[in-house]
Amino acid sequence: MRHQHCCMPSVKHILCAATLSLAAALPAAAQEFKLGVVTFLSGQAAGPFGIPAKNAAEITVDAINAGALPAPYNKKGIAGMPVKMILVDENGGPSKQVTEYRNLVERDKADAVIGYVSSGDCLAIAPVADELKKLTILFDCGAPRVFEEKDYKYVFRTRPHGAMDNVAAARYVADILPNVKKVNGINQNYAWGQDSWEDFTKSMAKLKPGVEVGTSQMPKLGAGTYSSEISALLLNDAQLVHSSFWGADLESFIQQAKARGLYDKQLLVLTAGEPSMFRLANEIPDGAVIGARGPFGVFAPDNALNRWFRDAYQKKFDSPPSYASYVMSQAILGLKAAAEKAMAKNPKPSGEDIVTALEKLEFEAPSGTVKMSLAKGHQAVQENAIGRFKLQGGKATIVDVKRYPPECVNPPEGTTAAKWIEAGFPGAKC
Amino acid sequence: MLRDRSTLALAIVMVALVVAGPFLPAWLRFVGTVALANALAVLGLLLLIRTGLVSFGQGLYYCIGGYAAGVGGKDLGLTDAFALLALGIVASGIISAILGLLLCRYREIFFAMFSMAFSMILYGLLSKSQKLGSTDGFNVVTPTFLGYAPDGANVKVWVFGLAVVLAFGVGIVLHQHLRSGMGYASEAVRDNEIRVEYLGVSAQYVVWWKYVLAAVLAALGGGIQALASGHVGPEMAYWTTSGEFVFIALLGGTAHVGAIISAAVIFEFIKTWVTQISPYTWQMFLGIVLLVIIMFLPKGLWSLLARMRRAS
Amino acid sequence: MQTLIAIVVDGVIYASWLFIVAAGLTLVYGVMRILNLAHGSLYAIGAYAGASAVVWYFARNYPVAGSYALLVIAAIVSGALVGLLVERGLLRLMYGRDEVVMVLVTYGVLLILEDAIKLVFGVEAYTAFQPYEKMGRTSIGGMTFATYDLALVAVSIVVALALWWGVNRTKQGKLLLAVIADREMATALGINVTRVFIVTFVIGSVLGALAGALTAPAIAVAPGLGVEVIVLAFAVVVTGGLGSIEGALVGALIIGIARAAAVHLWPQVELFVIYGVMALVLAVRPQGLFARAGARKI
Repeated sequence: MRHQHCCMPSVKHILCAATLSLAAALPAAAQEFKLGVVTFLSGQAAGPFGIPAKNAAEITVDAINAGALPAPYNKKGIAGMPVKMILVDENGGPSKQVTEYRNLVERDKADAVIGYVSSGDCLAIAPVADELKKLTILFDCGAPRVFEEKDYKYVFRTRPHGAMDNVAAARYVADILPNVKKVNGINQNYAWGQDSWEDFTKSMAKLKPGVEVGTSQMPKLGAGTYSSEISALLLNDAQLVHSSFWGADLESFIQQAKARGLYDKQLLVLTAGEPSMFRLANEIPDGAVIGARGPFGVFAPDNALNRWFRDAYQKKFDSPPSYASYVMSQAILGLKAAAEKAMAKNPKPSGEDIVTALEKLEFEAPSGTVKMSLAKGHQAVQENAIGRFKLQGGKATIVDVKRYPPECVNPPEGTTAAKWIEAGFPGAKC
Repeated sequence: MLRDRSTLALAIVMVALVVAGPFLPAWLRFVGTVALANALAVLGLLLLIRTGLVSFGQGLYYCIGGYAAGVGGKDLGLTDAFALLALGIVASGIISAILGLLLCRYREIFFAMFSMAFSMILYGLLSKSQKLGSTDGFNVVTPTFLGYAPDGANVKVWVFGLAVVLAFGVGIVLHQHLRSGMGYASEAVRDNEIRVEYLGVSAQYVVWWKYVLAAVLAALGGGIQALASGHVGPEMAYWTTSGEFVFIALLGGTAHVGAIISAAVIFEFIKTWVTQISPYTWQMFLGIVLLVIIMFLPKGLWSLLARMRRAS
Repeated sequence: MQTLIAIVVDGVIYASWLFIVAAGLTLVYGVMRILNLAHGSLYAIGAYAGASAVVWYFARNYPVAGSYALLVIAAIVSGALVGLLVERGLLRLMYGRDEVVMVLVTYGVLLILEDAIKLVFGVEAYTAFQPYEKMGRTSIGGMTFATYDLALVAVSIVVALALWWGVNRTKQGKLLLAVIADREMATALGINVTRVFIVTFVIGSVLGALAGALTAPAIAVAPGLGVEVIVLAFAVVVTGGLGSIEGALVGALIIGIARAAAVHLWPQVELFVIYGVMALVLAVRPQGLFARAGARKI
């Protein structure tokens, strides 16, 4: 009998909580804008992406509620209402995310959802967003597929998709190594790594016909130790190693490759290297090619918004914002810009009004101008920038920066990224 | 008496849920659909556990069921929910019939690990296949029902109804089955294989059959999950998915099919509940809930009910 | 030829890492019949403890040599502490339950420890490269390898020898063997099984933490580390035969070499070569390479 007593509360508790949350969902608190924010709070992607994005969401929302942002965002709130953030962990896979998304929209009555680092999650969420007719901004995932396979009405992506990372990297490599003959690659064995390598090699083949592939290593995501892979890279004497590694995997690889002397022989091309650059200033070799997946972080332009963003972030979290922070902040600002545009027509804009306003919108962000120009106005394009690492006076810096205008590294409307690369970048304006 | 009461109770709950379906809040209905999809996979596991085998590889067939539904829509142009589910049944039936020949020789932890190995191999294969979206997976068509195409949100009502009918229907059949000769044979295999063989029943044959049936049920669950969430990905075959199924079975206890279905529902709710109350440490909460259940309810939630019934 | 040398050396390096990771797991299973899913978390705890100790150490500009000792100390302290806590605080209450139930108990521990690690160490990666870097490079057959990786091979051999000696040549080890052979009989003979269990679990935990701490200087220590490792360790242990130390050694070697061969010759299959080897071995030897077949119930 004693047992029964100790367990009953736990079961009852669960049932109670379920009923309570049901009850809480019923009266809609009208006077605040409920913003669902979904990003990795646990797991591998939390450190490099999830938490920096969550941090950026916090400072951006706080500044919006205080009316402390520089123009044109100096009005308080979104659509005149203070913003209340509902945070959800993205860990757990697409099926769990679909459930949590539905809970956010239908149970917690979120007015908009901003989220998703993983492309699998983006892909799974998009049709649900259209089904529930809820404005949803994909803030960080890269796969071009999301909008290439289907058009969505309520789904937007306020950052450029991933094809431009590798198109720009290939253009940069073609510039600095005009005689490149052979390339190696090491990418994580999942969709992002596979796509990155394919985009890069196909772009190289167009820019420098006849380029050979030495070896393409595809270790498991989160493998950590790369001793065998580095041997394989060393045995294939290419001029460069392309890698779309990120986070702890990238940092582990950089260290192990350094210890083995890989850099003395092959140039390192890191399409997502920027966030690790400061942490590993003493490990990355001078001259390594570094990207930030867009004009973020060190590549961000010097404007009032960016100055506010960097200061506020540095002050509160004691580290510079990474590209995940930038894209989160710009997703929220895109939403605010759309809401304000909608308010010009209707002082109390509906969700539908904001959706219409966000289509084909051009807005300002810490990373410069964002144009929602692809996928019928639902997919952003931006410029991209690539540079080379240089340790100057003990500090990590980027030199030889080349900027590629949006039309140079993004496919035009009406084609897919893969086809555009395959066809040799028709219509690219560089 | 008791058998009839159980069957009746399952049938009543099934009808009640189908009727209530359209009136439930949409998020609740969705959580329910996912829970019942999982319940199907765990009912398959129940068959194996009754035979004394624990599979850490139900995810293999869950994933096959999901991908069959996905590929059927994407590449074969099918949209009918029943056809998509049937595809999963056929695929999982064939594959499990072959793997079963090998696996029916194994017992205990080796059966568990071996079944997991196959599941992880499928995970690896799917993660490499860019045509099937690699680790991102791909989206599944909106289903129709024997020529009827419900609009918009009503599709999910239908999927829910289908999940209810399948989960409870399978539950009722399984309940009868466990009380049939073959059903008792499996418990005998669990208790003592050699004696079963002396009685003229091949233990390996029993195990093989249970394995195939379990696979088909998991595939049904995976198919429902695919139709409900509209997306499939290789993580359906990852070992943590299979681990969740084992946990649900344990949560409910293997005494009764009703326990399995309730446990699947409760588990899904615990999961979304901990995510909601504690976005940072939901895994820790889940772990604590798990341990509390194991510690105080070693025979699952069903034992709580049985105890209360005895007490009254 | 160079490829062949690379396959052998890489394979041995990877195998030595796999062995240290798997040794504790197989020991705990052999004695306690617990397939400890939380072993991966102990690996992660060891890695975090090692990395943060090294960061602290080098912030004070102490000599490099001491950092290696520090890694081992960090592993022993953190592993023993957490191991003791888990065994005394939880597992003790569950002894006698079904093997599969114990797997789920340790799954619960894994979930709790994953978040606990996050609460203690945060999500930012820890990097403590100095011990790895300062050992320099060694050339074998015209290829450069990190000396630290090669040193791990030596450590792994020492661990294997120590385990073998401890189990087969000491009195405590004989008691352990008695418990493995027949728990009830051992209890009847007056062996303090409780103490054997505590000691075994703590040693297993320390081994897990040691694997993590020794890997820490080569990697960036970040969340999710433990979950990645555990399935690998399982594959090794099952291939070799659950509960067998020799088995873990041979299993690690087979899987290590197979994986290295895949990386060099056919990188496409790297992702499932480990499970492929495991399935192959189980198909031929259902109990794994080194395990005794269990008696059948009559």
